Amino acid sequence: MEFKTILFYLFSAITVVAALRVITARNPVHAALFLVLAFFNVAGLWMLLQAEFLALALIMVYVGAVMVLFLFVVMMLDINIERMRQGFWNNLPLGALVGLLMVGEMAVVLSGRYFGLANLPPQNMPANYSNTKELARLLYTDYAYPFEIASVILLVAIIAAVMLTLRGRKDNKAMHSSDQIAVKAKDRMRLVKMSPEVELPAVAAKEGE
Amino acid sequence: MLNNFVMPDLYPAAPEIFLLLMSFLVLFVDLVFGATHRWMAAMLTVITLIGCAAITLVTSDGQTTLTFSNMFVDDLLSDFLKLMTYLAVIMMLVYSRQYMADRGLDKGEFYVLVLYATLGMMVMISAANLLTVYLGLELMSLSLYGLVAIDRDNTRATEAAMKYFVLGALASGLLLYGMSMIYGATGSLEIGGIAQALYHGQAEKPVLVLGLVFLVAGIGFKLGLVPFHMWIPDVYHGAPTAVTMFIGSAPKLAAFAMALRLLVYGLFGLAVDWQQMLLIMAVLSIGLGNLAAIAQTNIKRMLAYSAISHMGYMVLGLMSGVVGGQIDPFTAINAYSSALYYTVAYVLMSLGAFGMVLLLSRAGYEAENLEDFKGLNKRSPWFAAVMLVIMFSMAGIPFFIGFFAKFAVLLAAIKAGYTTVAVIAVMFSLIGAFYYLRVVKLMYFDTPVDSAPIKAGMDLRFLLSLNGIAVAAFGLFPDAVMMVCTTTLMRSL
Repeated sequence: MEFKTILFYLFSAITVVAALRVITARNPVHAALFLVLAFFNVAGLWMLLQAEFLALALIMVYVGAVMVLFLFVVMMLDINIERMRQGFWNNLPLGALVGLLMVGEMAVVLSGRYFGLANLPPQNMPANYSNTKELARLLYTDYAYPFEIASVILLVAIIAAVMLTLRGRKDNKAMHSSDQIAVKAKDRMRLVKMSPEVELPAVAAKEGE
Repeated sequence: MLNNFVMPDLYPAAPEIFLLLMSFLVLFVDLVFGATHRWMAAMLTVITLIGCAAITLVTSDGQTTLTFSNMFVDDLLSDFLKLMTYLAVIMMLVYSRQYMADRGLDKGEFYVLVLYATLGMMVMISAANLLTVYLGLELMSLSLYGLVAIDRDNTRATEAAMKYFVLGALASGLLLYGMSMIYGATGSLEIGGIAQALYHGQAEKPVLVLGLVFLVAGIGFKLGLVPFHMWIPDVYHGAPTAVTMFIGSAPKLAAFAMALRLLVYGLFGLAVDWQQMLLIMAVLSIGLGNLAAIAQTNIKRMLAYSAISHMGYMVLGLMSGVVGGQIDPFTAINAYSSALYYTVAYVLMSLGAFGMVLLLSRAGYEAENLEDFKGLNKRSPWFAAVMLVIMFSMAGIPFFIGFFAKFAVLLAAIKAGYTTVAVIAVMFSLIGAFYYLRVVKLMYFDTPVDSAPIKAGMDLRFLLSLNGIAVAAFGLFPDAVMMVCTTTLMRSL
């Protein structure tokens, strides 16, 4: 067996175990860390496929930025694990059935016959071949249009995030004249309907005695 | 390395580029004048869409042009659907102006997100590559998720947005999975290339069919077909009515375009397979949609279930193109144009129905229950008549546009030999007529619960009246619209 093949199986095995632990770990912080491990191993797999740029981008973007942010959120939020696990056993049979079905279908389709190595022989590139350069060339020429749409999608994400979360400072005492003009009486004062207080004649009469 | 690269022709994509540039202007104008002159962003948005319509009309030459390395297609179908999309979005903006202003939701972000959602639909409509289909869909969906949550302190709206987001992400995942399978089997991301590979029989059938299953599931989710309909009632109910109207109108056109581009343009060779899948989804949608709508007391929920059933009827047209494995261009174009006709008719009716809900709402009051329509005839005979026309049309009662749309798809289904299915569809349409006619009964024969005068702007009144008249008038000249649909498809397929 070639050394690369051994590496491939090693990376794959760790990826699968780590991915399983992501969904089975009780502690969300552990789950996030297992996801980091899975990402590292997938990056190793990409490296074996000679996709250096993608491997490095995966580590830098996912491990470096996304997962660190994720860990922050997980640590700051007080997640009730017991409540999240509610209904796990009730939903398991259906979920497992669908999952097994998907695995079975994928096994049939992805097995050697259609996507095997014989159909897709690895291409050996010269030593000075740059994966990064090739990717960049495609991205800015043939794929310029999807690239632009992707940038608009990021813009939408920014706008939506700002719209949904920006509330202004709570301790800000600045006045907004437009808000003050727009205010209505019912925002400031509430009129409550009450039955008028009536002195009971019987009681009054009693006290008078 | 770059010698063989040709600068793409930007001319066919002029409407998209114009819309994108104008959206930056709207963002900027809102930043500077948003606090004092809120109407400016709204005005600019409508001007942008009218400008897009003008550009689309001027650049439309009826030819099929590919650009951006064959990722973008500009044909008569895309021009027609884009024009309908602009129209639906403009109507939505006019209908919702007062409603959003009353609730303090007419922020600049609303208009910008509407513009980006429209851009996403345009990208979907003009997509000639699986990548652009997916990216357009994501652009549209992400903007819509944001719009549903725009009333961020309303728990029902945020819950609806969350549900929509999670289920939408799942559907996108399914779609992507299917696309990757099809790419694996055919070796091409281009829709034309996939059709070529299928035609030459190079692709592996099992991989293709599995990919197709995922693809159809993704399309079913976006159209809101049973069993992928769960999000529709909650999102329609939870979102602010103006956003519900937006989700219920223009995106249906884009989803129709997506279905047509993927299934008919790309996977026509597998028509026999996907027609079976669509058949099941259509029958289930028609049945469940019509039955569940009867039980609703909230008109937004009722219209949501009605949307599910209407999309079921539309799919009847889509699945009748190929009869018994024989490809007959005439039958195919007839069937697909009946589906196109149905989509356009449904968008028009849906806009009118939600427009009525907006008309009766006012500051601090949502007219979203069926009861709020009680005795509308006494309060405003004209708008009661408009609602009557829309409800009759949705129910498929003769001489309104909805009747001819249903007639066309049923005819296509019968021609394709699905007589049983057509009979079932008609039966459920009769059941469905109950809940549409109940609205009419409430309007004409019950005493009003809410007797406040209708306080809607002239723009809403005028456009809604036009909408009602259009639903009635196109019913009088059904052939004209059908002719447009048929010609469009004939020149584009």
